[in-house]
Amino acid sequence: MAKNAKVIELEEVVVKFAGDSGDGMQLTGSQFSDTSAFIGNDLSTFPDYPSEIRAPGGTVAGISGFQVHIGHKEVHSPGDQADVLVAMNPAALKANMKWVKDGATIIIDIDNFDNKHYKKAGYIEDPFEDGSLDGYNVIKAPITTLTRSTVKEFGLDNRTADKTKNQFVAGLLYWLFNRDLKIGEGFLVEKFGKKPELVKANIKVLHEGYNYAETIEAMSTTFLVNPARKKKGLFRNISGNQATAWGLLAAAENMGKPLFLGSYPITPASEILQEISSMKHLGAKSFQAEDEIAGICSAIGASFAGRLAATSTSGPGLALKGESIGLAVMTELPLVIVNVQRGGPSTGLPTKTEQSDMMQALYGRNGESPVVVIAASTPANCFDYAYKASKIAIEHMTPVILLTDGYLANGSELWHIPDVNDLPDIEVPTVEDNDPNFQPYHRRPDKLARLWAIPGQEGLRHRIGGLEKADITGEISHDPLNHQIMVEQRDAKVRKVVEFIPDQEIIGAPDADLLVIGWGGTYGTLITAVEELQEEGKSVSLAQFNYIHPLPGNTREVLKGCKKRIVCELNLGQFASHLRMEYPEFEYLKYNKIQGLPFMISELKSKFNQILEELS
Amino acid sequence: MSEAPKNIVELTKADFKIGQPVKWCAGCGGHSVLSTVQGALPEIGYKKENIVFVSGIGCSSRFPYYINTYGFHGMHGRAAAIASGIKVANPELSVWVVTGDGDLMAIGGNHFIHILRRNIDVNILLFNNKIYGLTKGQYSPTTPKGSVTKTSPDGTIENPFNAGELTMGSQGAFFARVVDTEPKMMREVSIAAAENKGTSVVEVLQNCIIFANQVHKEITGKDVRADHQIYLKHGEPMIFGADNNKGLVMEKGRMKAVTIGENGYTLENILVHDVKDPDDTTHYMLARMSLPELPVAMGVIRSYETTVYESLLEDQITEAKAQSKIKTVNDLLHSGHTFQVE
Repeated sequence: MAKNAKVIELEEVVVKFAGDSGDGMQLTGSQFSDTSAFIGNDLSTFPDYPSEIRAPGGTVAGISGFQVHIGHKEVHSPGDQADVLVAMNPAALKANMKWVKDGATIIIDIDNFDNKHYKKAGYIEDPFEDGSLDGYNVIKAPITTLTRSTVKEFGLDNRTADKTKNQFVAGLLYWLFNRDLKIGEGFLVEKFGKKPELVKANIKVLHEGYNYAETIEAMSTTFLVNPARKKKGLFRNISGNQATAWGLLAAAENMGKPLFLGSYPITPASEILQEISSMKHLGAKSFQAEDEIAGICSAIGASFAGRLAATSTSGPGLALKGESIGLAVMTELPLVIVNVQRGGPSTGLPTKTEQSDMMQALYGRNGESPVVVIAASTPANCFDYAYKASKIAIEHMTPVILLTDGYLANGSELWHIPDVNDLPDIEVPTVEDNDPNFQPYHRRPDKLARLWAIPGQEGLRHRIGGLEKADITGEISHDPLNHQIMVEQRDAKVRKVVEFIPDQEIIGAPDADLLVIGWGGTYGTLITAVEELQEEGKSVSLAQFNYIHPLPGNTREVLKGCKKRIVCELNLGQFASHLRMEYPEFEYLKYNKIQGLPFMISELKSKFNQILEELS
Repeated sequence: MSEAPKNIVELTKADFKIGQPVKWCAGCGGHSVLSTVQGALPEIGYKKENIVFVSGIGCSSRFPYYINTYGFHGMHGRAAAIASGIKVANPELSVWVVTGDGDLMAIGGNHFIHILRRNIDVNILLFNNKIYGLTKGQYSPTTPKGSVTKTSPDGTIENPFNAGELTMGSQGAFFARVVDTEPKMMREVSIAAAENKGTSVVEVLQNCIIFANQVHKEITGKDVRADHQIYLKHGEPMIFGADNNKGLVMEKGRMKAVTIGENGYTLENILVHDVKDPDDTTHYMLARMSLPELPVAMGVIRSYETTVYESLLEDQITEAKAQSKIKTVNDLLHSGHTFQVE
């Protein structure tokens, strides 16, 4: 790669691709991520979809984006603001100007920057004239015209030709980041392998973009992000929803029971149902039900029939499933309920992230209806927590709600591939056929869980249901004292899970001035903010909770050591309330954001600094 | 798909009885249905442990507690959804739903039409007493228009559902209608429902002695039943009446009841019942027949064999397993793009 341009080595870089839904920005983003992963960068990605499938072209509402954060250093989040923005039209530029760093490189398709497009994007003045782009390194590339002339020889119509534009962009970036075009070509061969003409056209455009960048003088500098230092081994890039689905599959395989997923499509959880639907070769059964209620009820039926049963949904769907979760509580059947949180209430913000379903998960049912609630905290560890949710559900004979969110579900990161054989065993609480001592609601003392007798087993016929059960025998009982015993036992059973989960970890000193408390999907931004402050010598630690109910056994110890504690969450303070209820002896500050967006590292650091200054 | 494992030992009705006291009202139609089903199960031939009764909420839904098989008393309206999960998860089980008019066609209406559309092999016993019994007397989706109930003191202003219409409108492949007081008919139809591969709907005209007593008496009354019912049998002419001299003919696209030997009608003119006709037009007309012009159709009205959901799913799984190189989750984790970082 002989170049005249200067090469600057970077620790990390954030690139954002933005264009119309049809511009292929998701594909270019994935291609760039894969290439970065291939050369060993750490990475984290996040796609940003509009909720309309194809909003009118060229309008701000129709802009779809894909953000990639790659690093020589370890990266935990897709990053606050972009170092490089690709804007395929004025609307993409307008929608993203606030998400780029000062002095960032902005690559635009100049062919789309005309009065017609300005009007669609809602620009009153030409953005090149109004000063809004001063101080940025703007590269005005005639992407559309050059792409069309490049693919002329393939005889494609303009519409098809324009679909290869994203490869011109890719070519530019490969040059800008000193990447090997061979990797990009491989990606295209895999993507379009069945259409050789399309592969050829795309590869030609990829090279054209690269050559263009090399020729023009606007890019005097190129960047190099070296392979990550910490991570070694075999990796893949994985999104939260895919990891969740795979975690369920791994649990099913390790417990020797086929997976049954009963679900109804809902954003942003649908990919879990889609993923399991394409896993028939592993024996998994997916059931696309007529509604959310049938989704969970079919799963409850499958659980009764002796399968690892799960249902996946998002907030509104969890609301619909409430009564059925109560049935699973009463029948004490294992069930995994995955709730990919999104902005609420009601239909809310379907494509945006939020953490506002915690209270719903804990309490959103009639009666005293305890379930285990756990939360994944990175896209990749959705695999681990889906596995753990399954393990707890089966071993403790209880519904488990696994909370993820839109940010984790659609975001992706580099994942060190585990060996499924190394995952902890799942002990299935089976009963021997014809066991003369079998009683449907007899509890084993270690976990207070009943046993799982399955239709088809001889000599264990029994009946369960939503009416209150008599202790031990499981017959219907309206006896007042029995009800109290059963309510307390169901509660105790769930609380007993604490003996089987790990202690809460503190990242940093246990006696720090400020303990930052988070839960679930905010890990990436919180750890980045906390680590950056730690590097600056600040006395800050992080406790990121994955176990919500029951809380880890050492939670009081964790909360005790610091001078101040602040609970950061994407809601109005649900986890803070939960902690306050369980541990009322401590004082909790709160930091809440409820904009459908993840935290920004900068805003977190500024808040933490403010508290630290008040302390000193 | 593998056939469900049937009997090794001979079972009798006593095997399906249970020690529990049956808590339906004395004179409730439920007692005779329970007794008949207990009696039919040995002939249907599944081992006790391979049978699951699922129910929703309502008087009828207590049924699973009274029969010595596996049982699941679900929640209001959801029996069909729970049963779908059980059957799809393990197609070897014989799965039955016991439900009522409100449970199946009001709160559970959505699950009802979709189990039919999918044709999952579940047998649905619909206790239709045209009233909400357990909540003590509100009108149901099958209550005749104009009926005075606790929530319709001036008479209902809603059109009732006909379970047969709803079944066939949802592409249901099996529909039968029986009377709770006719054990022989009930037994024959239960066995036919169990033998049909696919969702089978058996509407039981059931008497609620407390809140809708005699609601079916125009159909079931001893003095009128011969003339007001027609017990349909596959391959036989559609004949009814105390003197067995009435029959059904099709004229100008409509059903008509005629007397054989009058107005030139002979046995040759009478329709012959074909439960297996893929075209459900005649079945639909039979299910809709109502008094006073026409007798009410009883017995198996439609029994059409077509593909069932869970078998198609098993076939897809077998095929996918044969085709895919990915045999384990470890294979899956290593498939596609992976990156070795040194």
